[in-house]
Amino acid sequence: MAALTIATNLKKSAIAALWLAFLTMPVMVIRVDTVENTIVWRWMHLVYMLGGSFVLALIWHFMMDRRDRGAAVRESADGEAEGRLSRFVNNPRVLKPMLAFGFIVAAAFPWVFSMYQTNILISALIYVVLGLGLNITVGLAGLLDLGYVAFYAVGAYAYALLNHHFHLGFWTVLPMAAILGSFFGILLGFPVLRLRGDYLAIVTLGFGQIVKLVLENWNDFSYGPSGISNISRPGLFGINYSVENATTYIYYIMLGLVILAIVTTARLKDSRVGRAWLALREDEIACQAMGIDNTRAKLMAFSLGATLAATMGAVFAAKTTFINPASFTFMESAMILAIVVLGGMGSVLGVILGAFLLILLPEYMRAFSEYRMLLFGATMIVVMVFRPEGLIKARRKVYKINTETL
Amino acid sequence: MEHTKNAVLAVRGVSMNFGGLRALSEVDFEVRKGEVVALIGPNGAGKTTFFNCITGIYTPTEGEVVAVLRNGKEKRINGMRTNHVCELGMARTFQNIRLFPSMTALENVMIGRHCRTKEGILGAILRGSKTRREEQQVVDTSYQLLKKVGLEHVANEYAKNLPYGAQRRLEIARALATEPFLLLLDEPAAGMNPQETLELKEMVIQIRKEFDVSVLLIEHDMKMVMSLSDRIYVMEYGRVISTGTPAEVSADPQVIRAYLGEETDA
Repeated sequence: MAALTIATNLKKSAIAALWLAFLTMPVMVIRVDTVENTIVWRWMHLVYMLGGSFVLALIWHFMMDRRDRGAAVRESADGEAEGRLSRFVNNPRVLKPMLAFGFIVAAAFPWVFSMYQTNILISALIYVVLGLGLNITVGLAGLLDLGYVAFYAVGAYAYALLNHHFHLGFWTVLPMAAILGSFFGILLGFPVLRLRGDYLAIVTLGFGQIVKLVLENWNDFSYGPSGISNISRPGLFGINYSVENATTYIYYIMLGLVILAIVTTARLKDSRVGRAWLALREDEIACQAMGIDNTRAKLMAFSLGATLAATMGAVFAAKTTFINPASFTFMESAMILAIVVLGGMGSVLGVILGAFLLILLPEYMRAFSEYRMLLFGATMIVVMVFRPEGLIKARRKVYKINTETL
Repeated sequence: MEHTKNAVLAVRGVSMNFGGLRALSEVDFEVRKGEVVALIGPNGAGKTTFFNCITGIYTPTEGEVVAVLRNGKEKRINGMRTNHVCELGMARTFQNIRLFPSMTALENVMIGRHCRTKEGILGAILRGSKTRREEQQVVDTSYQLLKKVGLEHVANEYAKNLPYGAQRRLEIARALATEPFLLLLDEPAAGMNPQETLELKEMVIQIRKEFDVSVLLIEHDMKMVMSLSDRIYVMEYGRVISTGTPAEVSADPQVIRAYLGEETDA
């Protein structure tokens, strides 16, 4: 039986390799030298192509087989079985020491590593919170928001402009940015209340573009594409830090905000509000028929997600001290969405992991920067095929039932 | 508006037009306290449209729908939003089961408790003692309801993995969790075998007694309808053509004609 599958796999891979080699032959093999008017036949390339695609196809088939066998086992169990990774991470005996270790590393990080490394980690932490925010809208409430970066821009410009015109400090603007973010969340929420699925995605995509275009073209307000520079770094009781100390300071601010965001989203997920969002995602009509105010639930999801994004926007402006509309393109929205989807929709731990992977890997693999989008696409496809629910599957809370009291 | 003294739901002259199509035409309807009322009729007679009109999914073109709440207050509910209708105390199930498939059975029932609990965002984030107490109460009440419909052993199973009959019962438990005074069941026995139908009937009787609710059901299973209901309304082409006790209705020539067709002399 096993020998048979191996044989068919070999055959399939060989056919795939031959096809690919044949199709790419004109590009890979034939080279026209226009200077000497000759044609160079690079037959070795054909061999590389054949060999490479054969091996890749074989690996692919092998993995697919394994996946299908795994799926069969999982279904026959009880449907609750989780992946090995999720089970490992969610095991309290692993989780607790890991959290403690992670916290110590995080606290010591700026003293051990260089400012450059700290800066990278700050960006990663910003994306963790952005991911957690979008996770509320997309992962929990199921409202696909493709214009999420608009709220990030709102926060960043709120701090930049208030600082520029009125010299307001970081700590004054941070709550203002959060409130402004939630306001914009509701502003976007209202017109899209009746939309769902693809239609919602298109409108939110448009919203993101509108905000970016306004920032780019309304010169009197936002200083257009040239952006706003010399934004103050956060200070504490009027102390001004050197660049290096300020980076460390922002790092700790970010660390605090990340912990706050994690606690907030994790608690919301398992609360009455979080359950209402899940129900909304599952079936809107049944959800409303069971007495949940859909309008309220949707607006809450939008505005909470937007609040987190706007808060991060203010931190981002304070960190880079310069912002322009180029930081708030659709690419950013897509990136944040990729973090949520790759990490695991609705899973707090998954989103954190996804943010670190997607932000840190490109940073440390600059050697491959030319192939970044290629690798990015390939990774997404592989994850979607083998782990459609993301790296870490969202875990359902296990409720403790008091049977004695009733 | 006039209605019988112990009515919980009174419908007067309700019509529903979809463009040029008149799906309901001047329907008068009444459910009294503690009654099991059945609504029957051939396919396409407008039964589900009627359900949707009184639960706020559709706004009737004409007419009045009035609910009499537990505290005796009257409330005009046509045009009211679905979730408010549910909050008032009229909970429904769906003809094609609409559970939350990727939530557990227990969580499905817990959703029903939503409109009877208060905790907001801030409470959820701070998670004070009041919030935790409320959460625990929600869990416990929901578990008790699951027990009532005999599903406590699958409390932590995803709704989509439950067998068909269990899904139907779970929907009823979810509706009961909203503390209704009127339970609206849209074809609860559809797709069930005779044994399951019998169990369902026992369950409805049990529920009516224990939760002190009135029941309005749409059903095609005549055996169940005839043995379970106190009164029956028969609809055809959007009109009520007959009403009365099961015995009266089954003897009504109009009803027989609607179901079996007319004898015509060719």
